[in-house]
Parts: sequence; C-alpha cells; structure tokens
Amino acid sequence: MTNWNKTITYTILIICGISMIVPFLWMATTALKSQKEINKGNVGFIPYEEYTAYTRDGVEKRIKVVVAGADSSVVNIFNDAGKIVSAYRKVPNELISEKKKLVFHFENFTEAFNKVPFARYFLNTIIVSTLVVFGVIVTGSLAAYAFARMQFKGREFLFYLFISMMMVPQPVYLIPSYILMHHLGWLDTYNALIIPWIANIFTIFLLRQQFKTIPQELFDAAAIDGCSRFGILWKIVLPLSKSVIVTSAIFGFIGSWNSFMWPLVMIDSPQLRVLQVGLSYFSQEASAQTTLLMAASTFSILPLLILFVIAQKQIIASFASTGLKG
Amino acid sequence: MKNKKKDFGPYLYLLPAAVIIFTFRLIPIVLSFIVSFFDWSITGVGGFIALENYGRLLHDAEFWQSMLNTFYLVIFVVPIGLLLALFFANLLNSIEKLKGFFRSVYFIPTVTSMVAISIVWKIMFNQQTGLFNYLLGKIGVNPLGWLAESRGIFDLLLSSAGVDYTAFVTSISGWMHMSYNASYMILAGPSLALFSIIMLTIWKGLGYNTIIYLAGLQNIPSVYYEAAEIDGAGRAKQFFKITLPLISPTTYYVLMMTTITTFQVFSQIYLMTGPPIGGPLGTTKVIVYYLYDKGFGEAGDLSYASAIALVLFAIILILTMVQKRMEKRVHY
Repeated sequence: MTNWNKTITYTILIICGISMIVPFLWMATTALKSQKEINKGNVGFIPYEEYTAYTRDGVEKRIKVVVAGADSSVVNIFNDAGKIVSAYRKVPNELISEKKKLVFHFENFTEAFNKVPFARYFLNTIIVSTLVVFGVIVTGSLAAYAFARMQFKGREFLFYLFISMMMVPQPVYLIPSYILMHHLGWLDTYNALIIPWIANIFTIFLLRQQFKTIPQELFDAAAIDGCSRFGILWKIVLPLSKSVIVTSAIFGFIGSWNSFMWPLVMIDSPQLRVLQVGLSYFSQEASAQTTLLMAASTFSILPLLILFVIAQKQIIASFASTGLKG
Repeated sequence: MKNKKKDFGPYLYLLPAAVIIFTFRLIPIVLSFIVSFFDWSITGVGGFIALENYGRLLHDAEFWQSMLNTFYLVIFVVPIGLLLALFFANLLNSIEKLKGFFRSVYFIPTVTSMVAISIVWKIMFNQQTGLFNYLLGKIGVNPLGWLAESRGIFDLLLSSAGVDYTAFVTSISGWMHMSYNASYMILAGPSLALFSIIMLTIWKGLGYNTIIYLAGLQNIPSVYYEAAEIDGAGRAKQFFKITLPLISPTTYYVLMMTTITTFQVFSQIYLMTGPPIGGPLGTTKVIVYYLYDKGFGEAGDLSYASAIALVLFAIILILTMVQKRMEKRVHY
C-alpha cells in the first residue's frame, strides 16, 4: 500500500472512530455540567461555567449586574454558596469581567443514583443475569452433550425443532408468554425474568458444534477407564470446551443485562425493576434534567464497558464466530 | 444383551433444556395463534372470533402506517448499514497497525444497552440543548427539528432546494386517486424523526456487522489476490471480481440478521419518541411498537396484538425463505 493510501485509510478510520465515541464522550461531559449551564445554551463538550466576576485586590467574587452604567454599574455580590452578601453596590466597570471556569459537577452522579433506587436495579440485574448465565450453561451443556454424543430416537427431529424455534422473533412469543405468566402466577416476580431464559437454543447449538469436534478416542479411553457418562462430560468434555463456554456466558450475560422489552412487560413493582427498565422510567420522570439522565446513562453502561475493555479480544472473537457458518 | 435395554439417559440429559424450551417457546407460539382467533384480554377469554382480528388489520390505518414506517426503517438501515460495514471492514483489513484498537472502538456501541444509548441520542437530538443542532450552528446551518419533525426527508430536502413539494404531492395524489395524506406519507419518505432513529440504528449495528465482515474477509485465501496481481488486475477489479463474490455468504448472513433485527426495532422508538404517541403524527410508530401499544397500552387488546405479531412473523419467515433461495443460487 502506498503512503498516500495509508494516510487516507487512517484518516477515515480516525474520523469515523471519533463519531463512534462522540456520543459517549458527550454523555460523560454533559453528566458533569450543571443544568443551569445547559439551559443557558452551553452544550459543547467542555463543562465550563460562565459568570460575571468582580475582582478587587486579587479577590474574585461572583456578581450579578443590576443596572449597567457607562463607567460603573450597580451589582449584587454573592459569596461562594450563592448568597447575596452585598446588594446594590456601585462598582467601577473596569473591575467587572466575564469569566469562564472549568467546573465538574460530580455530585450529579450521586444525585441521579439516589433519586430512584438504582442500587436496587443493579442488584436485580446482577441476580437475574448471573442466574440466567448459570442456567444457560448447565442446561445447554447437558442438552448439547446428548445431541452431540448420544444415540436416541428422535434426536434429529428434536434438534431441528429446537433450531427452527430459534427463528421465532421475540415479539411473537411476548404476548402469549405474558398470558402464560399470568396463569402461572409469575407476573411481577423474579421467576418471569429468569426461568424462561435458563435454556438457550443458540447456546445448545454452539456447544453441540464444539462437543462434536472432540475425538472419539478420548471417549473410548475414558469409558475403558470406567468413567461414567456424566464423568466424561464433567472431566473431559467441559474442560476441553472452555472457550465456547466463555462465549456462551458472554452472550448470555450481555443479552440478559441489556434486555428491555421482556422485563418492561413482565414487571410492575418498582422494587423488582431491572436496570434497563428502571433507567427507562427514570428517563420519563427526569426528562428535563439532562445532566442527571446523562449521569444515569453513564453509570448504567459502565459495568459492561469495563467488562468489554478487560475482555475485548474474547468478546469480539465470540461475536465474530457467530457469523462464520458452523 | 445390556444394550437392548432401553436407555433413557439421553432424554434425562435433554430434559431440563427441553422443559424450558417447550414451555416457554413452543407453547407460546401455538398459543399466539389461538389467542389471535379469540377475543382475549388479560381478565379472561371472550368468544371465538375467527379471523376478525386479521380483517380489522386490513382497515387499520395506524397498522398500515406502522408497516410503512417499519419498511422505511429496513430499507434505509439494511443497505446503508451493510455498505458502511463492508467499507470499514475493508479498511480495517488493509491496515496492520492499530487494527485491534479500531475494531474495539467500532464495537463499543454493540455491547452498550439500547436503553442508555437511546436516552443519550434523544438528548443529542434535542432542538435547543442537543449536540446535533449545536454542531450545525457551528457550520452555519439552521437548527433542525429532528425527533419532533414529522415532515418527510425528501420533502425537506427538495423544499429547501426550492421545489414546491405540496403541489407535487397534490398532483400525484389526484392522478393516483389517493388521499393527500396517504400520498404524502409514501412520496415524502420517512419523517426526519424516523430518519434520526435510522441514523442511530445504523450507528449501533455498525460495529457488529463490521466484525462479521472482517472475519469473512480474513477467510479469503491471499493466493487469489496474488494471482490477480500477476494478471494485472487493479484494486477495484480485485474487489469486484474476488472479494465481493467470495464474501457473499457473509453478506447473506449479515443481510438476514440485520433485516430480521430491524423488523423488530422497539427500544429506541419507545424511549425516543413514545409513549404514547409514537413520534410526531405517528411517523415513528413501527410494527413492534404498535403491537406493544395495542397489547399493553390503554387498549389492552392482547388478541389483536397477537394477530399483529403473527403478521410480523409471517413477513420475517417469507423474507428468510426468499433470502435462502437467493443464497443457494449465488453460492460460491
């Protein structure tokens, strides 16, 4: 590749890379501003504050001009807490100046976090996601083991029945599931969020592909050594399938953490809300408080973002593997 | 012989997964057909109404509008999303330094939740305090209405170029014997509100599609390119004669996945333009949002919502089959 081509390629990649990040950057900087500044129209990337200052003998005080004159103006002087300490003072104009100062309002994060029970939402999401991932791996390994390594009547039929159900989009079974949950008495309980999701057809498919690649000799050898069927799964198959199990866990966790429509429909009680649903309600309640919304958005994507930064290679490889025909 | 004895072991291994999948996938699918034939609400089952729900759909203007909106979403998101992904995958495939870094950067939106992203983009689209109008202001362009703008993008573009779009639509609607509103919805394209959501949806999916394409590109053996190089084929020719044909299985996969997921768009519509309206003049109401609104909104009409869901299912099924057909014909 010529140097010229290289420069163009990198320039395009950098510009578009920035556009992928800008929303997150703007989210974080907006979360650090004060709502007053935003309403005044300071919507750029830097969380600065604009104010009028009165500086005398090197001491700067915030003021508000009441009557502006040619040489001097009548002003109110404030202290640091924003209280008026001196009203209607006449001060010379040369001591008055417009100032800009960087101010980070970290308190927006704590305010947003405490305004609605976000701690509870996080806890609910962690409980649900963890149990779902655990269930998906357990049921998936058992089923995939049967599909990949055992002979039984109806194996092919059952497998293709499973695969064909994978194609049904979630909105299609949402409504009947809601009715089903109603009759099971599971609406507005953890059960509705966890139990239907502890088996995942795609995971079964992935694990089956993996289990099939393990050489038969290993199974034969283990069987001769007197290893039971379950023992082979536990001691040989699973340890050899670590990377696919990690892939399945990643999909399960990200999917469960980010799922929205299902918990939105199934849960009514505020104390059972998962993070995404809680965040959605918060965005309606605090719709005018841009800074709080941005703070809440920031801390709710942070856990997955951290996970992604730590395990980016593995996560990207997992997602990429879904596109390759298995 | 011991082997002659029936072995129930395999079924025991299958049991946990099968119980869950049968109860929470198979039964609901069967149930959704049944529900759509009854006058069913959460309080109880009404009478059998056969195909009445489907008949209602035919005359439901809101349903057709949401079909059109969904169609707009798919028609813009899928081709643009695919082209951009193919473009970036090729760029990434041609560099060595910082490849992993760029790949990760492009991938960040994929792992973040649509809820948080929708909230952030909604504020970015805000007319007074949003980032987009702020940036437009910097380059001297008038602020736009974004999520609040019900006018179609073709109308906005051509009107700003001086075309009298109202007169154009009026003449076409007279000629086609259609109402002005219906002709406008079709001729003016998606509203700017819907187009804003299209932009977000493309942005969110770009990383995943790029990664899939990149994996496909890396699977093409380099000998093909070396041979073409010897034959004197230029880069453009190499792309069209080698890359594009050999990447076609990936293209079909990405095409299918993007189409299916775009048909099911819900969260961004719900968070950015609803509830209860579904955007300015309902111009961002898509099919899944509409069925959610019918089933779980004020109407609480679960059986009608079920009928809508099954229509969506039928569309996705037909598209999948058509794409599978085409894939077989153009497989290398």
